[in-house]
Amino acid sequence: MLAGYGLIGLFFIAVLIFSLALVVIPVVLRYLGIVPARPGGVKQSVFECGMETIGRTWVQFNFRYYYYALVFLALDVLFIFLYPWAMKLRELGAYGLTAAFILVLIVIIGYVYAWKKKALEWK
Amino acid sequence: MGLAAAFWVMAVFAVAAALLVVSLRNIFRTALALIVCFIAVAGLYITLSADFLAAAQILVYVGAISVLIILAIMMTREVRQGNPANRPLKLPVLAVAVVLLGLLVYVVVASPWQVSGTPPLAPTTGPLSRLLFGSQGYVLATEICAVLILAAILGAIVLAKEKEE
Repeated sequence: MLAGYGLIGLFFIAVLIFSLALVVIPVVLRYLGIVPARPGGVKQSVFECGMETIGRTWVQFNFRYYYYALVFLALDVLFIFLYPWAMKLRELGAYGLTAAFILVLIVIIGYVYAWKKKALEWK
Repeated sequence: MGLAAAFWVMAVFAVAAALLVVSLRNIFRTALALIVCFIAVAGLYITLSADFLAAAQILVYVGAISVLIILAIMMTREVRQGNPANRPLKLPVLAVAVVLLGLLVYVVVASPWQVSGTPPLAPTTGPLSRLLFGSQGYVLATEICAVLILAAILGAIVLAKEKEE
């Protein structure tokens, strides 16, 4: 089983080498004199990065996003519980189904509360 | 052998990333270093044959908590200003950290760890599902966890709610 994860490790190493090579190769070529250093306005412009920003790039996000992040986090933890149940759905049968149903029901109370408190509303 | 190598690679990555978290000046970059630390810890879980825990770590910590941290940084302060310095606290914090590290190292080294003879389960998700939702398992504890999630949602909404009225 661990051999499968070794492949993920190999993938990470490949990613590391690839991303390092992308940065290092131009520097080395420039250093060796293969690529001439002729900086210019067009050459140094930001291309394929979308529109140039007007004003500052770091903007403050709307505070409302934070609710979504918080509620998503709770949902994420709920899915951690539901995933093993879904894996062995047939084996666990009606008992597991009832248990999972109660689990979801309890968490849904929180979402109903969020809804009632208008935490998920966009003003 | 390969396991030990993987452990050391992950451990070095985790510790290096954690050091970056506390030493970088830019708070946004510290958040990114924290994500690297989380991923390395997930790798450590895999070397411990805890594959479901590793997936949960990736999903919850890398996927959700880091987003929460980055959102909080981007909402609360000017990102370019970097970290606010805690200069008056530096020495006391160092002392507390050194004492804590010493205690932890002492406990880890001095404890008589018992190593189970049974080989680790692989994959762990099936046995976990029987323990969480099976009729022979700990269903009540699972439901109490749901109550905990509910309390977390309610607390988050109550704490984060703008006080308009």
